[in-house]
Amino acid sequence: MSSSKICVVVISGSLERLQMAAMVASVAAVSGCEVLVFFSMNALPHFIKGRHVKASHEGEMGALMSSKKVPEFKTLFEQAVELGEAKIYPCSMAMDVLAVENKDLESYLSEATGLTKFLDDARDGQVWTF
Amino acid sequence: MANRKIVDGRGSFCPGPLMELIVVLKTCKVGDEIEVLSTDKGSANEIPEWCQKIGHAHIGTTEEGGVWHIIVRKSK
Repeated sequence: MSSSKICVVVISGSLERLQMAAMVASVAAVSGCEVLVFFSMNALPHFIKGRHVKASHEGEMGALMSSKKVPEFKTLFEQAVELGEAKIYPCSMAMDVLAVENKDLESYLSEATGLTKFLDDARDGQVWTF
Repeated sequence: MANRKIVDGRGSFCPGPLMELIVVLKTCKVGDEIEVLSTDKGSANEIPEWCQKIGHAHIGTTEEGGVWHIIVRKSK
């Protein structure tokens, strides 16, 4: 039962954008929406297993969030999948450039997906870009 | 008799307390009550909104010394 479809495209590696994308994806997913997330460009390296590079912040909010107990964006994306059945697709082009395979990515990510399939899946949903 | 569980979301920020509530709701039976403690005013607004949308009962909210107590009953 889905009241609507929300597609979240994340290409930024900045803390503020990753955080906002994770908030939209997780809250939508637990509120009855079908949620599809697409990670590409600078967003994807954050989801390589074992990489613990902190997302850089763009401004005041990011710096403040780093010092407070704001839920981590990775936790929120994982909860979007586990609690709300969101699907998170890593961009196959970004994976090729980074030379990573599905097994190298966080386990809550789905299989590598290209734009052709994602655009087709997203055509009847709202698209949010971060 | 219905149980009441406490979800301590103090110190966290939106949507942390909501997510913690949902994790616990999944382990509860219909009729059980959950009291969410939150120091985040956004969550005090967000959790009742979510309950209304999803169909769980928001029993009430009180605020004491900067801590919101948001009581929810699992309804389905």
